[in-house]
Amino acid sequence: MSNTPDDSSGPRQHLVEVGVAAAMALLGVITVIGSLQVGTGWGAEGPKSGFFPFWIGLIIIVTSIYNLVRAYTHGSRKLFASWDQIAQVLKVVLPLTIYVGVIPWLGIYIASALLIAGFMRWIGRYGWPLILAISIGLPVIIYVTFEMWFLVPLPKGPLEDLLGL
Amino acid sequence: MESIGDLMAGFAVVLSWQNVLYMVIGIVLGVIIGVLPGLGGANGVAILLPLTFSMSPTSAIILLSCIYWGALFGGAITSILFNIPGEPWSVATTFDGHPMAQNGKAGEALTAAFTSSFVGALFAVIVITLAAPLVASFALQFGPAEKFSVFFLAFCSFVGMGKEPPTKTIAAMMLGFALAAVGTDTVTGQLRLTFGSTELLSGFDFLVAVIGLFGIGEILLTMEEGLSFKGKAASINPTVVLQTWKELPRYWMTSLRSCLIGCWMGITPAGATPASFMSYGIAKRASRKGDKFGSGEIEGVVAPETAAHAAGTSALLPMLSLGVPGSPTAAVLLGGLLIWGLQPGPLLFVEQKDFVWGLIASMYLGNIVGLIIVLTMVPFFAAILRVPFSIIAPIILVICAIGAYTVHNNTFDVVMMLVFGVAGYLLKKCNYPLAPLVLAIVLGDKAEESFRQSLLISQGGLGVFFSNGLVSTIMGLGLIALFWPLLSSLYGRLLTPARPT
Repeated sequence: MSNTPDDSSGPRQHLVEVGVAAAMALLGVITVIGSLQVGTGWGAEGPKSGFFPFWIGLIIIVTSIYNLVRAYTHGSRKLFASWDQIAQVLKVVLPLTIYVGVIPWLGIYIASALLIAGFMRWIGRYGWPLILAISIGLPVIIYVTFEMWFLVPLPKGPLEDLLGL
Repeated sequence: MESIGDLMAGFAVVLSWQNVLYMVIGIVLGVIIGVLPGLGGANGVAILLPLTFSMSPTSAIILLSCIYWGALFGGAITSILFNIPGEPWSVATTFDGHPMAQNGKAGEALTAAFTSSFVGALFAVIVITLAAPLVASFALQFGPAEKFSVFFLAFCSFVGMGKEPPTKTIAAMMLGFALAAVGTDTVTGQLRLTFGSTELLSGFDFLVAVIGLFGIGEILLTMEEGLSFKGKAASINPTVVLQTWKELPRYWMTSLRSCLIGCWMGITPAGATPASFMSYGIAKRASRKGDKFGSGEIEGVVAPETAAHAAGTSALLPMLSLGVPGSPTAAVLLGGLLIWGLQPGPLLFVEQKDFVWGLIASMYLGNIVGLIIVLTMVPFFAAILRVPFSIIAPIILVICAIGAYTVHNNTFDVVMMLVFGVAGYLLKKCNYPLAPLVLAIVLGDKAEESFRQSLLISQGGLGVFFSNGLVSTIMGLGLIALFWPLLSSLYGRLLTPARPT
């Protein structure tokens, strides 16, 4: 799917690529450090635990530096995405982050109900009856399917404890 | 031939009411998944995998592989009706499929796509039936060095034959290996790369990575386009189907060629996507109507769909017989087999005959059932995409989160799903391939294990990988695949004299 943004402003492609390559190089460094912690040489049973990841980490660092330089010098000067598009993406990322953060406390059923209700209210601007129907209906369907039918427990929160589920 | 007898036994296993029911459910679920963005083939199988733990492995793999077929079919629906490729390999289908829909020929396009997919998949399944046992018996002679060389070949194919820059492919792949290395070292039992964190004790699970990278990442990419899907209406009635079927045999040559391209690319882990593009390109050059491709030529739908399905199906051949998956979805299925305690590879054909031949038999039936279902239910599936975004998007997110959670009953995995999701969005936009990353996460431990065992045997010498004819050949093929772009451009320059431009 190609989506060339029009003239509006936004972060440039080559800069984002530089950032991504830098992040990967950092992960490579972490891998190398972790490998050195467990030893990268020869042990009693052959190569030590750190042997394989050490070289993997090095290759990551080398290729990422190459990608970084290449992105900086030859990278596309076009927009990575316009700020509008990024705003669209954030409309999913931010609610999702809150959702994921809240699950350990509220349990997945309440959290899902809130997520669906939130989307339907703020983005869809639906009326409350439909919102309640779906945002409560779906978690109930999930409960029946997963907990009762498949016997797969999902994280629960205070409400479920109150209801004795 | 022994294979036919085994195949018959496989059919017997498959044709129980329960398994046929699973087939139907799987296909319907698969098409729905293939139609919805963010829940594509690999992701859908990954989410549903933990739910199948309570079923018998044979029923589970039938369900999952039918979901896979369903998703393959589903991708064509959105490509043709909405110009949104449901899967990467459906992109080539949009070139002629959507114009056909715009010309009012949606029914013909859909029929052509589904029938071609069926033909391609069937061809591949026959190849698997005949070739898999041979490859498996051959692979029984593999030692650690040979096993590693097969992994090496697989990964080099991605680097050399992928469309992304090799350095990015290598970086992504190595990142996958690094992620796979976190946790317990399978050889010595030591903990590594956990940095004292208890959550990382079990490492990164490939299922969570797949749901994040392919699921959430895909949704985020779709988000850029805005919040609605506008598509063409479609209905298929029997007249249209029969008319199209009468027209299709004209393109048998294209079909056959596409089957071969697809099988070849599916077996070497290059995958369904390059197969579909390559097949479209070759068909365009070979056809008399080549210059009309792009404006709604039915042949332009037949070529990529046949190839993509042949490739997607034949990706299961190396997965079953060698334990090396040819595509991310095959990788997820492989992971599933490992979780059920089945060891894909040559021993599977010897020790688990019922399972393997049951699976292969289900591939035949699954495709037939699939074809019937999609032909009859297209309006229903197309209607799903009309559910407003603000309702369907959170539902998809909830399903993904549940999928991530049920892998290890761990909320940390849901957090990781989010992280992988954002990473997947960034990586895709920066042109890093995700398939080698996922394959490396799935295969990392096994590849490392065979590497270390080989070195142990040779006491540290890398020469072990060239110590006999078989392993040298495979390593050689790997090196050729790795340097393919260089080699083919050299070859091209040698052959063509300079032309005036």
